[in-house]
Amino acid sequence: MEQASFFKDRLLPIGTVVLALIVLWYVFVVVLNAPFERDTAARAGTTISFSELLPRTMAQERPVLPAPHQVLAELWDTTVNKAITSKRSLVYHAWVTLSATLMGFGMGAVLGILLAVAIVHNRAMDRSLMPWVIASQTIPILAIAPMIIVVLNAVGISGLMPKALISTYLSFFPVVVGMVKGLRSPEQIQLDLMHTYNASASQTFWKLRWPCSMPYLFTSLKVAIAISLVGAIVGELPTGAVAGLGARLLAGSYYGQTVQIWAALFMAAAVAALLVIIVGFAHSLVLKRMGARA
Amino acid sequence: MLSMAPANTVVSASDLGLTFQTADGPVTALTGVNLNVEKGDFVSFIGPSGCGKTTFLRVIADLEKPTSGTITVNGMTPEEARRQRAYGYVFQAAALYPWRTIEKNIALPLEIMGYSRQDQKARIDRTLDLVNLSGFGKKYPWQLSGGMQQRASIARALAFDADLLLMDEPFGALDEIVRDHLNEQLLKLWAATQKTICFVTHSIPEAVYLSTKIVVMSPRPGRVTDIIESPLPKERPLDIRETPEFLAVAHRVREGLRAGHSYEEHA
Repeated sequence: MEQASFFKDRLLPIGTVVLALIVLWYVFVVVLNAPFERDTAARAGTTISFSELLPRTMAQERPVLPAPHQVLAELWDTTVNKAITSKRSLVYHAWVTLSATLMGFGMGAVLGILLAVAIVHNRAMDRSLMPWVIASQTIPILAIAPMIIVVLNAVGISGLMPKALISTYLSFFPVVVGMVKGLRSPEQIQLDLMHTYNASASQTFWKLRWPCSMPYLFTSLKVAIAISLVGAIVGELPTGAVAGLGARLLAGSYYGQTVQIWAALFMAAAVAALLVIIVGFAHSLVLKRMGARA
Repeated sequence: MLSMAPANTVVSASDLGLTFQTADGPVTALTGVNLNVEKGDFVSFIGPSGCGKTTFLRVIADLEKPTSGTITVNGMTPEEARRQRAYGYVFQAAALYPWRTIEKNIALPLEIMGYSRQDQKARIDRTLDLVNLSGFGKKYPWQLSGGMQQRASIARALAFDADLLLMDEPFGALDEIVRDHLNEQLLKLWAATQKTICFVTHSIPEAVYLSTKIVVMSPRPGRVTDIIESPLPKERPLDIRETPEFLAVAHRVREGLRAGHSYEEHA
């Protein structure tokens, strides 16, 4: 009887919230962009009625807050109407950022797992490494990103690598924390069982600790891939970047191109959502292969 | 000392003691335990919680180290015996790995001990048959009832060539009907495999029904208060539990438990 309805369970609640946000957005567009129109009118020595003002607030070239349809039009124009190889294509810039994100995420995940393995198997590592891992995240990434870029540039490394390293710096952290917990998640009884078999440390790792940690791994990978993207974007800012979503944000703010900034923001959000969905999909695939109940 | 135990003695403890150091000071889990388990014995350890019955089993299994006295398993130290995979251990909970099917769970010790794939297959089929789970090999643990899961964990302990089976309240979490059934099956299995079994329980009928030897223990400090050689025949249908012989043994166990008990208010 209780059949899951896609419309009732998913579309209606989400759609309602989206609709409310759009309405709210338009209200703010009018409120925030109106002073500019009034100033313009005042300078021209005329007054402007509200019905005249309303459409103008939504069609400015450099609005304080662009209207949703302006952002959508910009998104459409820079994705569909431009060749992917063009420097004015948002798809091109998204790809530049995405490649750094994926590379940084890959390195961060591997580094995080290796550190977690070391921490779980070695008391000294646990004591000495964990505080540094935590301390690393207390430094604002905006403060060290330029230094990493500059230092690496000085030793001849530029392009993708510095950005990927900033992504790595951010993304290894949730993986370490998640995997330390995950690799320690086997129950004592399961560890005792391995002990009675006289299993070696590596057998215990591969047959017990590693499979036990899978739910923790994927949960932390979801966080890691999202902040990898943030890392890549931040990494694009201090270079006065030539390409990437970060560069679009920076260029947009230099020239007051708010529509371009918002379009880049939406693109970044879409890429992040896509990445998290892909990791989530991999998660359920692995769980299914490990015999989780349907 | 090690070589003094006769050849058919599987477990030999003399003046064994174990004291845990806790935050509240030392706790004596076992003291002055003298016990021999002979090859082919079915020995039950019975007593209230805190009497050290599980601790003693864990000492045999080298999961705990004794702090005084000596113990040998197959004429060796428990650690050497464990390294030679001398025993299979069945825990209170089935402790099956949820990401492995039943047959993969039984294969776990075989993989670790390096049995060939062919041999693994043959052993899985044989042990599944022994515990009446043939046809369930491809199921995941969550698809089985608690009793079936515990039987699978027994199959896992039987899969490799250990002559000693250590069982720590394996049926404690199951209801009485399932438990009766599994007790009956366990006796058949014991007869079929000729293993030596050490069995921890807190059920008097279970201990008397299963054992050739019943070790009665009492707490604070954990010690052995009585060792009863059962006069019951090896062949035991379930209704043997209503015979006078059975009731006499059960009575002696109950007396032993009462004598060892000190439920004074100062505890």
